[in-house]
Amino acid sequence: MARIETPADLEQYRLQLREKFGKYQYAVSVCGGTGCRAYDCINVFETLREIIDKKDMSHTVNLRLTGCQGFCEMGPLMFIHKNGIFYVRISPEAVERIVESSILGDEVVEELLYKSPADGRRIVHQQEIPFYNKQRRFLLAMNRDIDPLNIDDYIAKGGYGSLAWALFESSSEEIIDIIERAGLRGRGGAGFPTGRKWRIARQAPSPDGIKYVICNADEGDPGAYMDRSLLEGNPHQVIEGMTIGAYAIGASEGYVYVRHEYPLAVHHLLEALDQAREKGLLGKNILGSGLDFDIKVSVGGGAFVCGEETGLIASIEGKRGMPRPRPPYPANYGLWGRPTNINNVETWQNVPLILQMGADEYAKIGTEKSKGTKIFSLVGKINNTGLVEVPMGITLREIVYEIGGGIPRGKAFKAVQTGGPSGGCIPAHLLDIPVDFERLQEVGSMMGSGGMIVMDENTCMVDIARYFMEFLTHESCGKCVPCRLGTKRMLEILTKICDGQGTNENLEALESLAADIKASSLCALGGTSPNPVLTTLRYFRDEYEEHIVNKRCPAGICQALITLRIDPDTCTGCGACLKICPVEAISGEKKQPHSIDPEVCIRCKLCISRCPKEAIYTE
Amino acid sequence: MNGETGPLLSAIRKHGLGRSNLIPILHEIQKEYRYLPEEELRNVAKIMDIPLVDVYGVATFFTSFSLEPKGKHQVTMCMGTACHVRRSESVLAAAKRYLGIEPGQTTEDMLFTLETVNCLGACAMGPIVVIDGKYHGQVTPARVTKLLQDVADAERIPEHAEDRVAAIP
Ligand SMILES: Cc1cc2nc3c(=O)[nH]c(=O)nc-3n(C[C@H](O)[C@H](O)[C@H](O)COP(=O)(O)O)c2cc1C
Ligand code: FES
Repeated sequence: MARIETPADLEQYRLQLREKFGKYQYAVSVCGGTGCRAYDCINVFETLREIIDKKDMSHTVNLRLTGCQGFCEMGPLMFIHKNGIFYVRISPEAVERIVESSILGDEVVEELLYKSPADGRRIVHQQEIPFYNKQRRFLLAMNRDIDPLNIDDYIAKGGYGSLAWALFESSSEEIIDIIERAGLRGRGGAGFPTGRKWRIARQAPSPDGIKYVICNADEGDPGAYMDRSLLEGNPHQVIEGMTIGAYAIGASEGYVYVRHEYPLAVHHLLEALDQAREKGLLGKNILGSGLDFDIKVSVGGGAFVCGEETGLIASIEGKRGMPRPRPPYPANYGLWGRPTNINNVETWQNVPLILQMGADEYAKIGTEKSKGTKIFSLVGKINNTGLVEVPMGITLREIVYEIGGGIPRGKAFKAVQTGGPSGGCIPAHLLDIPVDFERLQEVGSMMGSGGMIVMDENTCMVDIARYFMEFLTHESCGKCVPCRLGTKRMLEILTKICDGQGTNENLEALESLAADIKASSLCALGGTSPNPVLTTLRYFRDEYEEHIVNKRCPAGICQALITLRIDPDTCTGCGACLKICPVEAISGEKKQPHSIDPEVCIRCKLCISRCPKEAIYTE
Repeated sequence: MNGETGPLLSAIRKHGLGRSNLIPILHEIQKEYRYLPEEELRNVAKIMDIPLVDVYGVATFFTSFSLEPKGKHQVTMCMGTACHVRRSESVLAAAKRYLGIEPGQTTEDMLFTLETVNCLGACAMGPIVVIDGKYHGQVTPARVTKLLQDVADAERIPEHAEDRVAAIP
């Protein structure tokens, strides 16, 4: 079917698709997210396709290469819809057996099931795996079930139904009311109420009637990749959300601003836009409603500050992506001076969901002031790394220990970092706070866009503060003095402390600089830049003092303050470290314990990563 | 040089002349040459009627643009937070030591360019190193040295070059 002209057409087309998909006996999804691609899932998928073709089963098996299914730790992943079997860490060699046993037959291949680290039990179904069963995957669930390059999959799942409802059964005002009543708040970091923002943009006068909507997919927060996965895995839901928003605000043109490090997201998005246009779900006279709206893609150039809305707008206009003072806010004076509504990818994806669920149902999820779910990328020193979607109000402890499965190798938990370079490090004694915009801010961090980096006893908190400050000095656009110079001065102090040159006055200097930078920076990049330093000072002051007073790095990270040693009881004298040491600091007879000369050693730790016995440690 | 017929014109044909197309056009030129040659920047300014200083301003603002020629093999290290807590710093140190250059630089023989990025969105497998577009996860200092050595070796033995590069795990 070519263009879909009316909502009735859409419903009919949906029924046709469901009938068509219903004819397949089996549906199999192989995760094609970026994580799994690095584990060569494409090879797994191609092998599967070859086998299916060879057995002449392409009419009975509906094969999908999907977006990220979340459990990146265990990739490549495969889900068989008929019997709900979920396989992990699949190699191309294992595919034949899977086909024979679980697609043609009804048996499970035990060794390819997820194995619970707690009791060694094999788990057949996704939903029973602890990583999944505490999540509420309202948005991410779709990633498993659709092929992002096929609009039919999305439509069959009910896609574009919310748009049809909005255009024909509802008014712009009513849509904004629903979004407001649902309590949706921006997922890009600050949590501004989405409905209120839309209303301002709707009411703002435009000199020539033109207004814009923008999707912020810059995702500059290092350690966060949920926006990437949403765009890669389910681009149509972003398009649908933006089109509903455009209708509510009165915009005729939209932009998606994607960072250039995400080529696959750009590819999937462009393909989805073409397909939506072809079906009449985007472009002129959408679904016969008279609404004209189209979306362009703008690819960024690798600058963190371009995630800030005014910087982003400058970048779309073809200028250096520097923020400007607000007000005027983009809602009044945005892209090319026109009223512009800008939301994050995940915010846009929530829009069709809210219309589908209804404001009241949606508002039942979450806490009093933070509604719905939030997707986090759970990474760092954690057993189950991956993307998790949880209801607001869940505690950090539940995320880290139940979903995340705790810290690898029995190490002690130290902190969890949220909010990226604008956020902070939350220590163990606060693990029971609920995930909620206000609560995270109270403890000195913030929700941010969703990076959640877990740190263990081997993470040095002074080094983390230095790391973020280095990041921020790099990314400061240089327009305002407090941020440009303030971050530099803070970095110098932190570097001194890491190098063992710190003094007691340094900590006060950091605190006073932090207060000034917070108060006087032009944009939130500078305004929030002291947060990583302030939270580590607040919760891990003893670590700073160890560095300054005792010249020790308790976590064994800061190069100037550590010594590498070989444990003579563990060392087997294999000579691997001796060969790899670039400065010949290691000596020892074959098959005899080796030792390191601390005078020569440059603490590059090459030997640690090479030692098969883990006999080398830092002190 | 190629101002009238080369990548610049085809990029303009694809994207259009407006100022908002400057960044996509620079991306296309960079894709062609692996950097932004001065002459092409001058052509951009002339043809698109944008002051050269603005073109230069944009080209130097975004880290994905380079004004220097790049090496044959592109080595990109993730310095994102997730990779950092898994010790990407020592992986970078190993690569710097092996190649003898700092991030942003190219080896004298024009074989390797070393770069860092803030996050590649593959944090689950950190630390990440990307060599010529291929992602390598959970890299250690020893492993990155080996990966680079393999690429360099393949360059030295031309007849086996293809197999060797392909064989890197
Ligand atoms: C330095 C800086 C970086 C930002 N980066 C992002 C980003 O990568 N993605 C994003 O959605 N918002 C980012 N923001 C927030 C945006 O300015 C803006 O508030 C957001 O896109 C609004 O969308 P929302 O209301 O849906 O959250 C950033 C803000 C600052 C100050
Ligand atoms: S932090 Fe390295 S890939 Fe995200």
